[in-house]
Amino acid sequence: MRSYAAQRAALAILQLAALSVLVFVLTALLPGDAADMRFTETLTPDQVARLREQLGLDEPAFERFTHWFGNVLSGDLGTSLISGGPVLDIVKASVGATLVLTLATLAVVIPLAVALGILMGTRENGRLDRTLTSITLGLSAIPDFVIAVVLVALFSLKLGWLPATWVGGSLLASPALLVLPVAVLLGRTVCLLSRQVRAGTINALHADYVVQARRLGVPRRRLLLRHVLPNAAVPGVQELARTGDTLLGGVLVVEAIFAIPGFATALVDGVETRDVPVVQGLTLVLAVAALLINLGADLVCNRLVPRTELLR
Amino acid sequence: MSEALNRRGFLGLTGALAIGALAGCGADETAAQPKQGGRLRAVFAGGGAKEVLDPHEQSLFVDIARHKAMFEKLVELGPDLKPVPRLAEKWEPDAQAATWRFTLRDATFHDGQKLSAEDVLYSLARIADPTAPERVAQSSLASLDIRRCKAIDQRTVELTLSAPNAEFPALLAGIGTQIVRDGFKDPTKPIGTGAFKFVSFEAGRSMVASRYDDYWDGAARIEELQILSADAEARANALQGGQAEYANEMTATFARTAEAGKTVKIVAAKGSTTQAFVMKVDQPPFDNPDVRLAFKLLADRQRLVDVVLAGRGIVGNDLFGKGFQYYAELPQRERNVEEARTLLKKAGVRNKEVEIFTSDATAGFVEAATLFAEQAGEAGLKLKVTTGSAQTYAKDLLTKGAIGSHRSGAMPIPQYITDRLLSKSPFNVTHWRRPAFDAAFASAQVLTDEAARAAKYGELQKTLRDDGGILAWGHPDFLVAVSSKVQGVEAVPPNTLDSARFDKVWLA
Repeated sequence: MRSYAAQRAALAILQLAALSVLVFVLTALLPGDAADMRFTETLTPDQVARLREQLGLDEPAFERFTHWFGNVLSGDLGTSLISGGPVLDIVKASVGATLVLTLATLAVVIPLAVALGILMGTRENGRLDRTLTSITLGLSAIPDFVIAVVLVALFSLKLGWLPATWVGGSLLASPALLVLPVAVLLGRTVCLLSRQVRAGTINALHADYVVQARRLGVPRRRLLLRHVLPNAAVPGVQELARTGDTLLGGVLVVEAIFAIPGFATALVDGVETRDVPVVQGLTLVLAVAALLINLGADLVCNRLVPRTELLR
Repeated sequence: MSEALNRRGFLGLTGALAIGALAGCGADETAAQPKQGGRLRAVFAGGGAKEVLDPHEQSLFVDIARHKAMFEKLVELGPDLKPVPRLAEKWEPDAQAATWRFTLRDATFHDGQKLSAEDVLYSLARIADPTAPERVAQSSLASLDIRRCKAIDQRTVELTLSAPNAEFPALLAGIGTQIVRDGFKDPTKPIGTGAFKFVSFEAGRSMVASRYDDYWDGAARIEELQILSADAEARANALQGGQAEYANEMTATFARTAEAGKTVKIVAAKGSTTQAFVMKVDQPPFDNPDVRLAFKLLADRQRLVDVVLAGRGIVGNDLFGKGFQYYAELPQRERNVEEARTLLKKAGVRNKEVEIFTSDATAGFVEAATLFAEQAGEAGLKLKVTTGSAQTYAKDLLTKGAIGSHRSGAMPIPQYITDRLLSKSPFNVTHWRRPAFDAAFASAQVLTDEAARAAKYGELQKTLRDDGGILAWGHPDFLVAVSSKVQGVEAVPPNTLDSARFDKVWLA
């Protein structure tokens, strides 16, 4: 277990370093730099050139990267080229909304997907299974932005029940702001997860040990909860970790549509303004989160079904 | 949200179409007695971390609106982009238009200090600070000789120019020219003379300001002002969902939908900005004046306006600034494919492919380029539409593309010429570099007689229209949408005194 953890940690550091290089190279390949982005026909080319010098953007890319990397190693994420403020402030200011959004979605998705998955799995190919399958697959086939537009048009603009956007609103004052964004994010994740739980349930139900347990007369309820669910949940938990990507993609769209000042918004802003330190900082934080989630998922699977091999 | 319950969303269009036809032209058709109090939430296109609190670094509409609430300039621009007094109640040039005396108004800063000549001198010096290249007015006010500017008394300031310029007041009305308090250093503590006092600010999200009761031009009617940031879609949703009362820079599509309902009014400033194709006059095939003229003759302007601007605009006459002070009213250029064909044949460019450079930088750019390529095709010309990066387009256009898409917001015509049409202009997208033109413009700018100046500018504009590289096909309306209870919003071009101005607005 300890050597496993050490290996995972070493791998994680390598991954983070590689990612940083990749993100830096990719942002460097985009046309224009942060000084150019200030060129909105209000600053003259001469002013832009002086600004570029001030921002240190005239230095060679390699130097800028090593400088940034050195700072990160000492725990400093650097300063934004656009606002001049610390990158950490931007991370802090944007992480809250996204975290709340993601956690709220997960809080709804997990019980819902597990319940649906077991429901479908225990009624394999029955009418309920087929109906739910059609609905969840159908929902996951509709792009997030379409669901969002339809929900906003119906519940905000037509019926006026829910706020259409976060513009001018605050989560503390009106928690209802969460409803529509979470509803949009549910669509695909519920489908992906419940499919996995369903498959896991079916596999487990057909497994020898369950067949045997049934023969021995273990009550159905106990059979499902104690024997089927833990095994069925393994693909679900692993999928949940992968759902991170889907969720992030969805959060991007959802944040844009509902004008939520979150992580994705900050990242898109950073890329659009070629604010390299901000993009670097945000992706780094995101990558650390993804690594931790995956590690967590592996550990949870190990707890659920201890025979799962940790190193594959 | 109870108030939103009885609001009509855009799905509920049916039955409202007839009313829609009547709604949404001017602002205060009811002309009711102005009411006091309330909170107004105004949404503008956001700029994320780019948004600034420092008025001297403003560049986006949202910045300009935010700063306008708190700060003021010596001079502002009227609806026709002509300078009008603001913190300076009057001004007087010497005979050469090189030294100007500005008399200041009896205004008070939010901290209780009276506006004085020292504040003006400090502000101008702050703008000119060479170590801060992001102060936007640095280049437009470059002719100001800061060391020779002085305070005559508490309320009179004398400003001296290194080169005479009769348009100087207009330069003081440009962006980033706000008057700050003497010694103003910390932009996070903004103290101005404007109608609203600073409360809070988060870049890319919101600014909150409260009414300043001692405002010299009469305290604002609303109690609290919120300037919010959001993209077009979210602006529309916020307004229609009752989460905002004012939405800036809306699309023609939105205006059509909104006018069908009852909850939103459209305030349209006719033909406020300019859309054009710009031809680089030093690059083939546009180094040949015949080709430039042929291209101008090929554009079906009405169709461009109808399709690209959804009819919300007026046709252009290859000149910037229709309706602005000094605009030369010349005969409207009409489409003439026959003549264009003859000119192109003479120039020998009929079967060559020409690239037209465009991007998504501005709504309508790609559509206009594509449609124009079709129109040019009728004369046997092959125009290939190339799309560049939206974020760097303004810069790229200076060097790339023999012909490309161009837009300009509202600004005084002499400023447009200074920025874009002189040999040393920083944004000379047409590469129009004519020493004779430069000299004629310079000699016009020093004339203190406005009519004489206008006559000279008229001649210069005629040269540009006939020979220049600007194919200005249309002037889009500037669309603002407000909730039906908002009164007192003026239909004026952006960058003018009454645009995004909230001290005269009230909630019915």
